[in-house]
Amino acid sequence: MPRLLEVRDLAVHYESGAGAPVAAARGVTLDVEAGEAVGLLGESGCGKTTLLLALLGLLPPSARVVAGEVRFRGRDLLAMGPSEMRRLRGAEIAIVFQDPALALNPVRRVGAQVAEVARAHRDQGARRCREDAVAMLAEVGFAEPARIAQAYPHELSGGQRQRVVIAQALVCRPALLLADEPTASLDSTAQAELRALLGVLQRRLGLAILMASHDLGALSALSRRLLVMYAGAIVEEGTPAQVLGDPLHPYTRGLSRAYPRPVTIPGARASPLAPIPGAPPDLSRPAPGCAFEPRCAQRQAVCIERVPAAVQPAEGRHVRCVLYD
Amino acid sequence: MTEAPLLRARGLTKRYHRRRASPGTRAVDALVGVDLTLARGATIALVGQSGSGKSTLARCLARLEQPTSGAIDFDGADVSALGGTRLRAFRRQVQLVLQDAAAALSPRLRAAEIVGEPLEILAQGTRAERRRRALELMETVGLPPTLADRRPLELSGGQRQRLSLARALAVQPRLLILDEAFTGLDASIQAQMAALLQDLRRQRNLTYLLVSHDLALMSVLADEVAIMFEGRIVERQEATRLFMAPEHAHTRALVAAVPPLPPAPEAVEGGPAAR
Amino acid sequence: MAWLARRALHGLVLLFGVSVLSFVLVSLAPGDFFADMRLNPRISEATLRALRARHGLDRPLPERYALWMASVARGELGYSFAYDSPVAPLLWPRLRNTLLLTGTATAIAWALAVPIGVWWSTRRSAAVRHGLSALTALLLAIPDILLGLGLLLLAVRTGWFPAGGMTGIGHEGMSTLARAGDIAWHLALPAGALVLGILPVLVRHVRASVAGVAEAPFVRAARAHGLPEWRIQLGHVLPAAANPLISLFGLSVATLLSTSLLIEVVMSWPGLGPLLLEALLARDFHLVLGLVLASTLLLLGGSLLADLMLLAADPRIRAEQT
Repeated sequence: MPRLLEVRDLAVHYESGAGAPVAAARGVTLDVEAGEAVGLLGESGCGKTTLLLALLGLLPPSARVVAGEVRFRGRDLLAMGPSEMRRLRGAEIAIVFQDPALALNPVRRVGAQVAEVARAHRDQGARRCREDAVAMLAEVGFAEPARIAQAYPHELSGGQRQRVVIAQALVCRPALLLADEPTASLDSTAQAELRALLGVLQRRLGLAILMASHDLGALSALSRRLLVMYAGAIVEEGTPAQVLGDPLHPYTRGLSRAYPRPVTIPGARASPLAPIPGAPPDLSRPAPGCAFEPRCAQRQAVCIERVPAAVQPAEGRHVRCVLYD
Repeated sequence: MTEAPLLRARGLTKRYHRRRASPGTRAVDALVGVDLTLARGATIALVGQSGSGKSTLARCLARLEQPTSGAIDFDGADVSALGGTRLRAFRRQVQLVLQDAAAALSPRLRAAEIVGEPLEILAQGTRAERRRRALELMETVGLPPTLADRRPLELSGGQRQRLSLARALAVQPRLLILDEAFTGLDASIQAQMAALLQDLRRQRNLTYLLVSHDLALMSVLADEVAIMFEGRIVERQEATRLFMAPEHAHTRALVAAVPPLPPAPEAVEGGPAAR
Repeated sequence: MAWLARRALHGLVLLFGVSVLSFVLVSLAPGDFFADMRLNPRISEATLRALRARHGLDRPLPERYALWMASVARGELGYSFAYDSPVAPLLWPRLRNTLLLTGTATAIAWALAVPIGVWWSTRRSAAVRHGLSALTALLLAIPDILLGLGLLLLAVRTGWFPAGGMTGIGHEGMSTLARAGDIAWHLALPAGALVLGILPVLVRHVRASVAGVAEAPFVRAARAHGLPEWRIQLGHVLPAAANPLISLFGLSVATLLSTSLLIEVVMSWPGLGPLLLEALLARDFHLVLGLVLASTLLLLGGSLLADLMLLAADPRIRAEQT
């Protein structure tokens, strides 16, 4: 039985005006099993959005996939024609983006926007689609779904809009949900609600989730496996507890130390936020060796010579670092 | 021994009137009787959800908005009803840094010009001197002089935020109010900004008011945290004690909303053949 | 609704302001209807003075204004010396004809501009984009009067269209359908001139507005949900691109109205334009004022229509205004 999603050595290039293309994704390999939640941790510019867009063929015209394979339920997504891809989007793989206020059309009611996704993929009448929309709004936690369906986006709060966007994505019961920074524009209680909602939906619908975020809390609460991305490549993989508590890659270590951890035990010292020195690399001029080398506290002479290959030091753990070669 | 506080606000209220012809005409009370004291050299955080009134409070304290009633004392003097030159003098003491630097910075000006603009408005020094000061300020916040002629949209989010900070520092303020200035930045950039703010506080004897919805981050950055809910400050505590003993129900809700993280890994220094 | 009442009040105030301003400006111009009579040696000074006194032309300005306002309130809109009749009955048929011309031109111009603009915005080929850009620029550069004259030349040389007027010979004797056809045939060239004059502006704005929305996040999200492209264009792109276009609609009415005055004169369409020209040349005071007011009324109507359309199209504006 093929895995739900298999990505092998995916590489995506962006044309930049000034000549050399930017390697936004380099040799990305990952798997998602049916019903599994996988987190993609990375900071801005690491390529996680590019990766998600590439999976669904939503890259802007200036970007293209230059290498690699993407298989969904055994089917080759990169070779798919546009109309087959269109049928796949929303029905089998859905995506939610960062800012729900922008993802909804401001001049149309939200119920209609959910219903039209159902209409695009299901062979049923408009009334059935509206009923499906209201039912989905109830599933994402609205107590008065029929009333919300009549509302316009500007009449809802940020958290409510994000739930509407999720209803749009899931109304046709896709098998895989891609999420690009879903909590980024929300305040903390809305973030907590969204995390809870995604967990519930995942269990209830058997939904697989691939969530890209720099919100460590959301990722560690929801994901069964966590991948860390830096400069377009996956540098570490493991469970959240492993990756955040006992990281292998120096970047992951630095990143984990940069997150705030409030003091919850009396007598414990608050650890200051530890920054990672330097800045992310310029992807239009990729170094021949490891992209993290200039900022790495544990760098060695060999690090500038070649990009380390991915190795598996333990079951379920992968890392790209010469320290483990 | 207690010094006089740098800023004291008493009984601040702010009411917005919505003009509505239909019934249900309501005024919105963004602030209801807020008292806030900021000690000199302290870092105080104001935490609340959207709609709690924290941004309104920040803007009132920076005198960008006029409170409906209440008093604000800065350095012992009443600043609630300033106008004209005295208001301009006040503005040099209190600066506001906002969240979305891309929106707060003029896209047509270059970085050094943006930082030098307050100096130009105050007519300080010649053009050459202002440029020199601007470059100095940029270095202070960690922006190399090579970025001096870039436009804001050519900079990263973290760089833009630093630029906003440099501009705020140009007039040598005593109090810096940062309204969601960390929100939306990557964790490693947040950590860099936090280190920068601490250095600046020591060097320039600054007082900070940090406004945010991120309780975890604020409890690590600030000395004291004030929680806002529906226009009121409902709790104020030392940052280190907040997560252990929250008192108000809303504080407890905010604490519960913070997901637990595994403890931070230790730092590792150097390695064989490190340069 | 309260909003409608407020707009109506604004409109009234505007009309009042226009009336005062026009009255004063026209009064300041030297000469009056009877001035040319002085050239006739058989009419004496005394006769002229008596004529002027009879029509109240020797009264002070505010008094003349008040008299005129009273006449407006009575529905006569003042008195035309040249036609020896109250102004109102002279005005209405002309107003109707101008409305017919301007309305038709507006409808055709927008009906063409939207599809062309949308189609243009989806073109990826740089050659096509530059070509259309050059074409619209060329059309924009040609003065309206030249367009009108050019079309007249076409009519005269080919005989496909009448060279002026609104009705042909024997119009009264035709059946209703034939009469409508006759008017439509006469309407074609003047409307065509107006449409050609304003089309480049509209097309460019439509293209810019649609192109702006096409990059919007919610359009990308709609594509990500697998909606078919036509649904995305019709259901998402166009409604969101509508706002600035609706405002442009209000402006286009104003532009078409002023251009139509010119085209009507050039192509002999019996609207407000030729009458206004006559009245100005003859210094037929009240007729000029009445025509100015009529034009202002049409303008206000167009603007009100645009505002209503905006209210209907954008729920956010509805929430703000009500």
